[in-house]
This record gives sequence, C-alpha cells and structure tokens, in this order.
Amino acid sequence: MTEQKIDEATGVATKGHEWDGIEELDTPLPRWWLWTFYATILFAIGYCIAYPAIPLLHRATSGVLGWSSRGDLAHDMRAADAAGAATRAAIARADIATLDPQSPLMQAAVAGGRAAFKVNCTTCHGAGAAGSKGYPNLNDDDWLWGGDRAAIHQTLVHGIRQPDDAATRLSQMPAFGRDGILKPDEIQDLVSYVRLIARKEPASAGARRGAPLFAANCAICHGADAKGNRQFGAPNLTDAIWLYGGDRDGLTATITNARAGVMPAWGNRLDAATINMLTAYVHSLGGGE
Amino acid sequence: MASKILDHGKIERNVTLLLILALITVAIGGIVEIAPLFWIDSTVEKVKGVRPYTPLELAGRNVYIREGCYNCHSQMIRPFRDEVERYGRYSLAAESMYDHPFQWGSKRTGPDLARVGGRYSDEWHVQHLADPRSVVPESIMPGYAFLKTRDLPVDRLDAHLRALRRVGVPYSDEDIAKAVEDAMAQADPDADASGLKARYPKAQARDFDGDPKRLTEMDALVAYLQMLGTLVDTRAAEPMEQAR
Repeated sequence: MTEQKIDEATGVATKGHEWDGIEELDTPLPRWWLWTFYATILFAIGYCIAYPAIPLLHRATSGVLGWSSRGDLAHDMRAADAAGAATRAAIARADIATLDPQSPLMQAAVAGGRAAFKVNCTTCHGAGAAGSKGYPNLNDDDWLWGGDRAAIHQTLVHGIRQPDDAATRLSQMPAFGRDGILKPDEIQDLVSYVRLIARKEPASAGARRGAPLFAANCAICHGADAKGNRQFGAPNLTDAIWLYGGDRDGLTATITNARAGVMPAWGNRLDAATINMLTAYVHSLGGGE
Repeated sequence: MASKILDHGKIERNVTLLLILALITVAIGGIVEIAPLFWIDSTVEKVKGVRPYTPLELAGRNVYIREGCYNCHSQMIRPFRDEVERYGRYSLAAESMYDHPFQWGSKRTGPDLARVGGRYSDEWHVQHLADPRSVVPESIMPGYAFLKTRDLPVDRLDAHLRALRRVGVPYSDEDIAKAVEDAMAQADPDADASGLKARYPKAQARDFDGDPKRLTEMDALVAYLQMLGTLVDTRAAEPMEQAR
C-alpha cells in the first residue's frame, strides 16, 4: 500500500482512492461505539454460560443458573399458590351453603369468585353477569334451578344437561311443533295465552282456546299457575323475564323447537375452592336466596 | 497489508465474493438456530393422545385458515403465569406436530384458542360465530353467519389426507379410503360413528351447528374448535416433564 495521505481540512487519513477529485476519509470508529460492541460480545459469552444456550445432542446446555422457562413458571405458580394457600384451603373445606355471609372467609370467597367468574363465566353470562339471549342474567332473583347457595353449587359442579355427569341438571322440553304434538294454529293460541298471563297482550279468542292447551301440555312442568318449577328448570312464564324472547316470534320458536340450554360441569375443571368462590360470588350478585 | 488473505477492501470490491461470504455467515447462524430443533428432546417430545385430525376437523381447520382467524387468534399458550391462568396449561410442541401450517403466535387481538375445546357449548359457538356481539357485547370480531348456509364440500377430503401424508402425517390407507364417510358420520347424530372413533380416539361425533339435516362449514368449524386442546391429558403429561 502507498503511504497514507492526510486530508488537509480535517487532518484525517484518507482511504487512498479518488474519483473526480472526491476522496474517502478513513475516520476511525467512535471509541464509545467500539467499546460498546466489545461489551456486547462479552455479555453474550457470559449469557451463554449463565443461561441455556448451546444446543447439544439431546438438549441445550442448561446454564450455571439452572433457569428454564417451565421451571420459572412452576416457581411463579408455587409462589402464587403459597400466597393464597391458607385461604383457599379454608374456602375449599368450608360448607359454602351455611357459611356466615358476614365472615371474612366469605368476603375472601366473593373476591376470589369475582376473578374466577371473569376467566370462566363471562363469555356466556357477560362481564356484568347480565347474560344475553339464551344465557340467564345472574343479577336478578329469577332462578331456573334455584338460587340458594346449595343449588348454585350443585349447578356449578354438575352443569346443566351434561350427558357424562350423572348428577347434572336434566329436563327436556318437548318440541311441540317439530314433533307434531301441536298444530301450528294451536301453537299460536298457546302463544296468545302465555302472553295473556304474562300481561303482554289483552284477552283474545286465541288466548281462550290456548288455556286448555296450556293445562294439558305445559302445566305439568311450568305449573298450573305458570309460575315455573325449579325441579325441571322450568321458567316462570308470568313475569317480565324472557330467556329466549317474549315476543310472538320468540315464543313460537320456543314452543315449536323447544329450548334446552346447557352449561358445562365445572366440577371436573375447577378445584373445590374455586367452585366455592364462584358460588359465593354468584350468590352475592343480588338475587341470592 | 498485502499478506492478509481476506482484505475487507477486496471483499467490498468483489460482488461475487461478498455474496458467497455473506451466505456462509448467514447459514452458520441459521444452522445453529434451526438445525438442533430436529433432534433436541424438548422439541421432538412425544406426548400420549396426540392424533391426526379427523377429516371433518381438518375441513374446519381449512375454514379457520381461509377466513383468516389466525390474524387475531393464536394457538400457543406460553409458559407464563398470566397465560396459564387464563387459557390453561401451556402448549407442548407435540400438540401441533400434525399442523400444516402451525397456528402459533403471540399477537392476540382475540383470545388464544389452543385449549378452547369443550369450554363453551356448540350452541354458544354457533351463536357467537354468527353474531359475536349477541353473546359478547364488547367483541370486535366480525360475524360469520354465512358459514351456516354454505354446504361443506367433502368429496375431495381423501386427496387432502393423502397430501398431508406426503408431508409426514401418519394417515393410513384406511383413513384415506374412509375420509369422506368419516366426515359425514362425525356430523350426523344418526350415523354409526364407531369406525370413526376407532380410527380417531376422542373424536366427538354429533350435529354441531344445530341443523342435523345439512353438513355445513359451520359444522366443520365448530367440530374443529371443540377438539382444540382436548387430545392431551395435561395432568398425565406433567410428571413426565418434571423429570426432565
């Protein structure tokens, strides 16, 4: 190489080539940059020693710190479990149906249930437990299968209409239209009658014809007074609460095709403490009996 | 300076040399990062219960991919406490061993679906897919009501299984021969699904979309969603992992 040429204006050596009088300065790398670069190399070596890094035949080197993502998770979970272990164990052991509502344990259960509800229940029953069409509102005092703590606990553990659970809530409304039990005009009379007793429609000739149909087909589950029967999860038809709609179309669809809402059996998914906490929370929402 | 074998000035001036050396450098990085995944234990672990998709689930998976569900939903629960408490046990590599392509990810506009199977009822899924805001008012998911009215094309499913076998999914000749039959049987409550259940353990056979008379894309998609994460008994897999 030729001897270095120094650029007069800056005092820095040039690379030695030039095009049309334009030359390139051979400015050295800034020191802070260069030393940061060396530091990252040192850090990488240290990291490879401390943490899992170099892949070998069956597994990567495990690192002197013994860290692993699964181990880290197990540690986090153990720490979280340990923090609430005593309370959870006490809640799991407690008989939630008879626990004093004013006790600190019950308050802890309601708080825990609020968190568990968000994870497991909000997709159907809604973030505020207000439900939607087909999914009951849990804030009101209208209960299909019972609203005391024992009944709520039973529903949570065994679910509703779960074929694999022997103790599940089970009933079957006949599909009066689809299975040809009632004719279409009889169903319309029945709709008129149900809307009459629900005070949504004035008395009519159709409703008069519907009354004996109701007594013959519906009263066995919904009761002669249509106030419902919790043994079968049969709703009260005289109030203003309609799970599947109280308009003529909704009622016609319900009587024609029947309704059979389902709920998972949470007993085999959640532990006893979580079920008790959910029971306490749902009961505390306002409609608990 | 002339004694230097690879003078940087020479590399910069010779495009071919620059290209070859750059390729070698990038290849070393790639080999070190990717190649071990083919032999180290934690990425090739076998887990009991994992089976190839049934033809109907596969058809549902195709609908899932066609509609771009993966743009908002991942199928990979990472080993963090917040994810495990919300979605269930973290995903194992083996659980997506028959996925072509896999559905991993961490960008979640919607929730992770790796263990959504059995969490909600079929009715909930149908209602939610048709009109998401009727069950989740704060949802921003688009509606997919048209899936209920579109017949599922099943006649080419055997070819689909054969294609997957070429890339390593262990479908047997019998699986392929009965693919169309299995797809019909899984969504028909009156059909005999014993053959299907023998070929695909833990397969769920019923009418999924609430319309037993038709086999629709909704049937297939709900069948796929309801099996996600249900194959592996995570409690049984746990001690095996702790031993490692």
